[in-house]
Amino acid sequence: MSALLQVEGLSVRFPTTRGDVAALEDFSFEMREGETVALVGESGSGKSTAALALSRLIPESTGRVISGRVMFEGRDLLALPVHDLREVRGRRIGMIFQDPMMALNPVFTIGWQLAEPLRQHFGLSQRAARDRAVELLGQVAIPAPEQRIDQYPHNLSGGMRQRVMIAMALACRPSLLIADEPTTALDVTVQAQVLSLIKTLKDELGTAVLLITHDLAVVWEIAQRVIVMYAGRKVEEGTAADVFDDPQHPYARELLRAAAFASGGDGRLPEIPGTVPSPFDMPPGCRFAPRCASAREICRAVLPPLKSSAPGHAAACVLVGSAVP
Amino acid sequence: MTALVAFWRKYRRNRAAVAGLAMLVVVLLAAIFGPLVYPTDPFDMVGRPSSPPSARFVLGTDVSGRDMLAGLLHGARVSLMIGILASLGATLFGLIVGAIAGYYGRAVDTILMRCTDFFLTIPSFILAIVIIAIFRPSVATVTLAIAAVSWPQVARLARAEFIAHRDREYVLACRALGMSDFEIITRQILPNALPSLLVVSSLLVATSILTESGLSFLGLSDPNVISWGYMVGVGRTVLRVAWWMPAIPGIAILLTVLCINLVGEGLNEALNPRLQRR
Amino acid sequence: MTEPILAARGLRKSFSIGSGWFAAPDQLHALNDVSFDLYPGETLAVVGESGCGKSTLARCLAGLTDLTAGSFAVAGADGRAFIRDDALRFHRAMQIVFQDPYASLNPRRTVRRSIADALRLHRMCKREEERARVTDLLLQVGLSADYLDRYPHELSGGQRQRVCIARALAVEPKILVCDEPVSALDVSIQAQIINLLKDIQRRRGIAYVFISHNLALVRQISDRIAVMYLGEIVEIGAAAAMQRTFLHPYSRALFAATPVIGSRQEDRMRVPLTGDVPSPLHPPSGCHFRTRCPFATARCSEEKPALREVSGRLVRCHFAEAMSAG
Repeated sequence: MSALLQVEGLSVRFPTTRGDVAALEDFSFEMREGETVALVGESGSGKSTAALALSRLIPESTGRVISGRVMFEGRDLLALPVHDLREVRGRRIGMIFQDPMMALNPVFTIGWQLAEPLRQHFGLSQRAARDRAVELLGQVAIPAPEQRIDQYPHNLSGGMRQRVMIAMALACRPSLLIADEPTTALDVTVQAQVLSLIKTLKDELGTAVLLITHDLAVVWEIAQRVIVMYAGRKVEEGTAADVFDDPQHPYARELLRAAAFASGGDGRLPEIPGTVPSPFDMPPGCRFAPRCASAREICRAVLPPLKSSAPGHAAACVLVGSAVP
Repeated sequence: MTALVAFWRKYRRNRAAVAGLAMLVVVLLAAIFGPLVYPTDPFDMVGRPSSPPSARFVLGTDVSGRDMLAGLLHGARVSLMIGILASLGATLFGLIVGAIAGYYGRAVDTILMRCTDFFLTIPSFILAIVIIAIFRPSVATVTLAIAAVSWPQVARLARAEFIAHRDREYVLACRALGMSDFEIITRQILPNALPSLLVVSSLLVATSILTESGLSFLGLSDPNVISWGYMVGVGRTVLRVAWWMPAIPGIAILLTVLCINLVGEGLNEALNPRLQRR
Repeated sequence: MTEPILAARGLRKSFSIGSGWFAAPDQLHALNDVSFDLYPGETLAVVGESGCGKSTLARCLAGLTDLTAGSFAVAGADGRAFIRDDALRFHRAMQIVFQDPYASLNPRRTVRRSIADALRLHRMCKREEERARVTDLLLQVGLSADYLDRYPHELSGGQRQRVCIARALAVEPKILVCDEPVSALDVSIQAQIINLLKDIQRRRGIAYVFISHNLALVRQISDRIAVMYLGEIVEIGAAAAMQRTFLHPYSRALFAATPVIGSRQEDRMRVPLTGDVPSPLHPPSGCHFRTRCPFATARCSEEKPALREVSGRLVRCHFAEAMSAG
């Protein structure tokens, strides 16, 4: 199966008063049709930047993509003229965000907003678009869709708004859905519903999903492949089973231990000492070295390249493949 | 000290604001030192009336033969003094009203804001005239009148700032420590509200100068002092034969107000952390 | 038998929403008959989702919001009277740490002055000793004296939260209410702050009311857990007992819905909880949870269940015994 999405060497810089910040550096990965890939990281990891940069959603005044290619269905999104890019966005790539109010316009009914991409991309009539919108609302398990369709976003609860946003993103049956922290702002029980919904829909429609999140447990729920990011770079990549069962990169290992909230014998939770390096003060060499218990001299001097430990499982660490300390 | 340095670095990124500041400094120096260096009394008739700018009278004389340059320099003092004092008065009063209304909310807020609205519904210039008419026109009453019509906008801004901050967690933390309302308002929230207030206050200086000019143009200001507005008023009748007479003080007003506005904008950009500039 | 350091009885808080000239304002019932005990040196976790009233509870306990009804005793002294008559002493005994470290510090005050504010207000030390005291507090929360003259915007989220904790500790409280203290922080930092809080508790014997929405987290660090739904406690008991199983249908649903590495949702719960939390403006009659409860019967809508003891904990459900059996 050919790759649906191929990102090569993507780098993004944000100019600030104190100089340029490299939010994302040399980021590459691939996705196949129907695959679910998760980009995991904490603040400053560059995961959100990557998601936004993919579809050129970072405004010119805020950040610049300084290098790289984003091959989507055979075309470089970064080089596309704006008119063609608009065709792709919404029609071939759908996006959902953490805050549904970012995507929903408070002064239009949800029916109108759902129907808009259908009219635009498919040229459906008012009537046909409205019917399809009701159908979509039903697909995302919103009760009584014929009534809801004429309501405004503020009439809906947070969970329902999120579902409407999912419906909007999937309205044109895109081949790729980018979900940027889709459940972070939701209550746990609502999160469970939304995750279940995303799983069902992606299976039904065969949509590939790129999930951006900091929540490893959510990744475990729905992702097939995982990419772990730290301080703007990819540090580990592999199937969910590989990365969760046998993490190769020390950061991934520590992150998994911390995320499990499993206290050790002394009642203390496993912690990672220190903090993420400031983008103005990036250490040369491996960015995790200052916090890494297994750091060597070479780690502080040279950026480690990605090394495979098994087919499809690689980590950017010099210790990959050697005996686990 | 480092805060000041950091502030200046941000401020100087706006070239127009720096130019404005430079001009304002010139105006201030002229106002402070001008009449000392050039002691001619602006009311003295020292030359032939309506004479154009010449070697003897750099800016010419007005219809009564008074030295225009002297008028300009003395007028600068008056305009700036009234402008700054009125702005200060309006800011102080507006801040107190807005802070109390914003912080306490509910009934206090409603009462104070209705009073503020009352002042806002009456055209400020007319209200100023009424106030001056009640008392004798003098520098003091003019300043008071201008302050009295300018404070509502400060009150609104201060109220908005205090409303925004009173529910922030740091204020809640102070309340949870048992801090008194007075201390929270003055030592905790006020420093955060100050930047916006400073900007409005500086812009108020400009509008006060304009208002004062308008009042003295109409002859309603203190008759014992020369101000720019008065000079414009006097020179208005001879605009077509001696254009410099209204034009020179008019340009002075224009330039001063312009540079105050530029400085105000520069302050806004430098002090407001949320504004991002490329 | 030690005396509880905090004893809450029947706490009730309602907010009036919207007042027209002709219509009576709606009542938002944020807290409804909340009672619990907190013992010295222990951690009571309060867990729930949005609208359950946990934040309102935090603010009422810290003296920031007045209660509509009910009372709570701090070290034996009636809380509400305490706040009224001797506010400073009350606030010395009861401190709070908030969720958002970015908003919890005055952006225009240095770390030193923010903490010194607390010391000065309660006259904890002499002026000359202030700097040393603040430095000592910073060390206790894992920060060095370098941070004294920094401003909040120069600190990371985790560092700010440490400063907030230092400020709360400055007055030597007996009880610390932690309102989602780590929810806004990265996972790797969460553990640091929690471990810090546990260390401080061990050293100083402070009792914590730890509010969170993360059930997986609180099970690890609390002695007792209270689960709240729509303003009421639906289950409360020792964490060790609740480790094995929860009895209230909502607690079970909450636990099953929490994603856990190593297990899939479909295995933990056959059907995810449907519907949304009802509005606190018009809570359902009888048991508040009945509209979403898979086991609801007619009795649930007619008769409001009381908190009763079942299997070593208190549960607010008519069918708690059946839950513990099956």
